[in-house]
Amino acid sequence: MSENLAGHVKFDNVGLRYGTDPEVLSNLSFTLYPGSFYFLTGASGAGKTSLLKMLYLAQRPSRGAIRMFGQDLVTMPQSRLPELRRRLGVVFQNFRLVPYLTAFDNVALPLRLAGTEEKKVQRAVGDMLEWVGLAHRAHAVPPSLSGGEQQRVAIARAVIARPKMLIADEPTGNVDPDMALKLLRLFEALNNRVGTTVVVATHDVHLLKKVPDSLIMRLRKGQLSDPTGALRYPPKPGGSSAA
Amino acid sequence: MSTLPPLPVETEEGESAPERPRGRAAARLLPPQRLTGPIPWVIGILIALVVIAAAGGLALRNLSNAASSSLSSALSVQVIEPNPDLRADRTAAAVKVLTGLPGVTAVHEVPEAELVSMLEPWLGEGASSGDVPIPALIDVELAASAGPAEVARVAAALKAAVPGARVDAQGDFLRPVNDALAALQWLALGLVALVALATAAAVWLAARNAFAGARDTVEIMHLLGASQRQITAVFLRDVLREALLGAVLGAGLGVAAVWLLGQQFAALGSGMVSGGGLMLADWLVIGAVPLAGVLLAGLTARITIALVLKDML
Repeated sequence: MSENLAGHVKFDNVGLRYGTDPEVLSNLSFTLYPGSFYFLTGASGAGKTSLLKMLYLAQRPSRGAIRMFGQDLVTMPQSRLPELRRRLGVVFQNFRLVPYLTAFDNVALPLRLAGTEEKKVQRAVGDMLEWVGLAHRAHAVPPSLSGGEQQRVAIARAVIARPKMLIADEPTGNVDPDMALKLLRLFEALNNRVGTTVVVATHDVHLLKKVPDSLIMRLRKGQLSDPTGALRYPPKPGGSSAA
Repeated sequence: MSTLPPLPVETEEGESAPERPRGRAAARLLPPQRLTGPIPWVIGILIALVVIAAAGGLALRNLSNAASSSLSSALSVQVIEPNPDLRADRTAAAVKVLTGLPGVTAVHEVPEAELVSMLEPWLGEGASSGDVPIPALIDVELAASAGPAEVARVAAALKAAVPGARVDAQGDFLRPVNDALAALQWLALGLVALVALATAAAVWLAARNAFAGARDTVEIMHLLGASQRQITAVFLRDVLREALLGAVLGAGLGVAAVWLLGQQFAALGSGMVSGGGLMLADWLVIGAVPLAGVLLAGLTARITIALVLKDML
């Protein structure tokens, strides 16, 4: 089966608990298809971040099966996970920039980790900072950047290596509505022009209307519902499907 | 911000993926941290102690070897006879027998005046008055080691011509001293082992502290797809830099202390102590201590980092 039909990511009856506590996520079964744009919604504490952690390979499930890019994550040896992580772009809730690296070096990190030639790194990062409107702040370190600027650096870092899937945890939580809209347009551009699958976690219901072709997954008390049919129907290959 | 820039890093069709940086190239992914903690000093002091303990152990070994080797093939023959004339005759007979004995390379009768001067501190004027009979003493050098069989052979050869002659291996006199030196050598070895353990513990703490301080950075690198080797390379560099600085400091302090002690002992001018000098091979061993410290630091840091990363998915 091609990846488009099989999906980038497939969760099958996945549950997650921390230690001996009750499950924070239960019976999650869904498939994320290439080139789709997903919103993951739910109130604070619904389990959005826990689900994203499993998506960006920071957490193994307590039960169930996860396949990502055709590979079984549950049985995959730890040594092979970095290879998969390099196919993901992640915008963390609190940005997670390296505080003593400049904006330029933070954005360059995924490319340098992948061994990209330094000449290409310089050009790519310069273009990317230009794209997010931060070329003039390239040599500033994160503590001297505003919240919105840090967020844009985090986004630039997440998309610089053209990930197959972009995962963003509350990416508009610290910016004003105008900037939030700009960031969403940026994700849409990545989704439409590069075909990157986008998963955005947010508790801001107003944001959902801004991307009309998006699919919505709703988390409530650790369980998923799919008001837009996101969990039932494979979207059209190569683009988002209407809800 | 609305126009996505051209894709700068896509691999061309048929072009192989770039090789991920490893080793020194990986270490350059993040700039080195400033040396601010006490760890280089702690490692320096520990390395200095290892250098001093190792130098002490090696000097004691040399002292013991020098003393043993000069006496290992030597025998003492005592002619015990109160009558001075008879003693002189028997001594001459013993020298004659010993000189003709196979395996004997030198025979030296210790002059009576020398014996008297050696005994004077204990016997006082009695030693030179003739009131106290002093046995005649003959030093014998053998071609082979003066083991029990050689002692028995020489005693048997003397038995007929020199009744009452007593034959002793000179090495036996030094056995208690050698045993004491051996105990001190073990003590030095134990000290080296203990301080090496303390060094490993200090490096382990240094690696853990470096990691605790940079845990967020490690997690970021980890989540961006850095391999364990790349993360290890970054943090190993910082730990090794601290260890290297400590090793250089410690080696400098330790060697200076050993050199000063050597000068002090050399000034004593004692024959026995001069046998405890350090040879070139010993200095090479001492020089290997800081290198071993750095290697130990590298190994400990590597294990620590691997254990910490194991906790992360």
